[in-house]
Amino acid sequence: MCLAVPSKIITKNNLLAIVDVYGARREVSLVLLPEDVEEGDYVLVHAGFAIQKVDFEAAKETMKMQLLYAAMFESEEEKMPKAGLEPA
Amino acid sequence: MHELLKLIEKLSKTIARKLNIMEVCGTHTAEIFKHGIRDILPESITLLSGPGCPVCVTSINDIDKTIEISRQDDIILTTFGDMMRVPGSRLSLSDARAEGANIIVVYSPMISLDIARLNQNKKIVFLSTGFETTIPLIAATIEEAEQSRIDNFHIYPLNKLLPPALNFLLDSKEIAIDGFILPGHVSTIIGSDIYEFISSKYSIPSVITGFTADDILTGIAMLLRQIYEERSDIEIQYSSVVKKQGNKKALSLIYKYFEPDLAYWRGIGLIERSGLSLGQGFKHRDINSIFNIYEMDLDEAPKGCMCGYVLKGIMTPPECSLFGQKCTPSKPMGACMVSDEGNCAIYYKYRSANFLKK
Ligand code: SF4
Repeated sequence: MCLAVPSKIITKNNLLAIVDVYGARREVSLVLLPEDVEEGDYVLVHAGFAIQKVDFEAAKETMKMQLLYAAMFESEEEKMPKAGLEPA
Repeated sequence: MHELLKLIEKLSKTIARKLNIMEVCGTHTAEIFKHGIRDILPESITLLSGPGCPVCVTSINDIDKTIEISRQDDIILTTFGDMMRVPGSRLSLSDARAEGANIIVVYSPMISLDIARLNQNKKIVFLSTGFETTIPLIAATIEEAEQSRIDNFHIYPLNKLLPPALNFLLDSKEIAIDGFILPGHVSTIIGSDIYEFISSKYSIPSVITGFTADDILTGIAMLLRQIYEERSDIEIQYSSVVKKQGNKKALSLIYKYFEPDLAYWRGIGLIERSGLSLGQGFKHRDINSIFNIYEMDLDEAPKGCMCGYVLKGIMTPPECSLFGQKCTPSKPMGACMVSDEGNCAIYYKYRSANFLKK
């Protein structure tokens, strides 16, 4: 029931937008968004409402940190002291 | 994600004990099965499924009352499709509709409001189910109804809040959990700070996780790292949409119209402040304030249904004697077999591959 999908804003008029969800056009309400969005931005859509702007950069950063840790763990497995690394 | 899987294997070897990791969101459970994640994880990691299916925790009593309401001449009941097949004591909403009750399935509460606009001579009731992901949309719909003075729009409030249920589950000490995969979309609204009690009170690590296979493996790797480093933080893997403080605009809209209240979770029981009722000044939007249905007893599951234990992660669905025999998705005995996100329905769907697995 909590299914939500990232969708691209095609056009926007005040607090209503037309978004592209897997190729289909849908009208969604922007009233719940905490920040401004523009055409071309991605929003997370749930049951006719955008509930958050999608920040792809933040996601990439998180993934990068985890892969970095994986590599570090790999090479220093033996020597690494517990809690010796900065948390991500 | 080869690197992550390798990391998970190495970490679990180093940790060298059995770990119970619970995912609480039905969408996670469904994705974990779909991608066969249980099969590729090291033996020592057991994934448990928790109470995160709003359909599954709706009481028989409320289904019965909703059916009663939908039979009134001047009422049209509107609902998300997931609720249609949940068994009440005798009928489901779908059965009631076949018998002539006025029930319309909608994909958004805003559609209900449109129906109200077009049917001024009827009372339109939205069966308000769902967790924090869905609640702001209902608050926004009520706001629109207030501002546009659409007086014939009402809700039957059954929304549930996830953190109090987790607190209840942990408090009952019925199950040992080493880490939580916390729900991504609920947390988009409520943020990560609100889960602080999981760390401070129970010292259990948590990671708010997205829904792709990569997301879920990353979330599990982050949990193992916390266990290895002896930390119990609330971390965010799903950082594309989850912020520490959540969506403040959505939260303030929720608490403009609703206030926390005692709520009954099917199979689990009554949990303090785990539901929402309409706040002062908005009680008239609650159909129960207009249309007084006799109080029924707190319901019990049909004989033999173990949904309550399944929802708490104490039992797996195949351990229920009705599973796959008397209880199937086409003829469900309990609510856990109804929704696509119900633990029993998910196990049933993937039963050939996973029937004998935990
Ligand atoms: S298999 Fe059916 S009867 Fe058994 S716990 Fe699940 S829903 Fe209940």
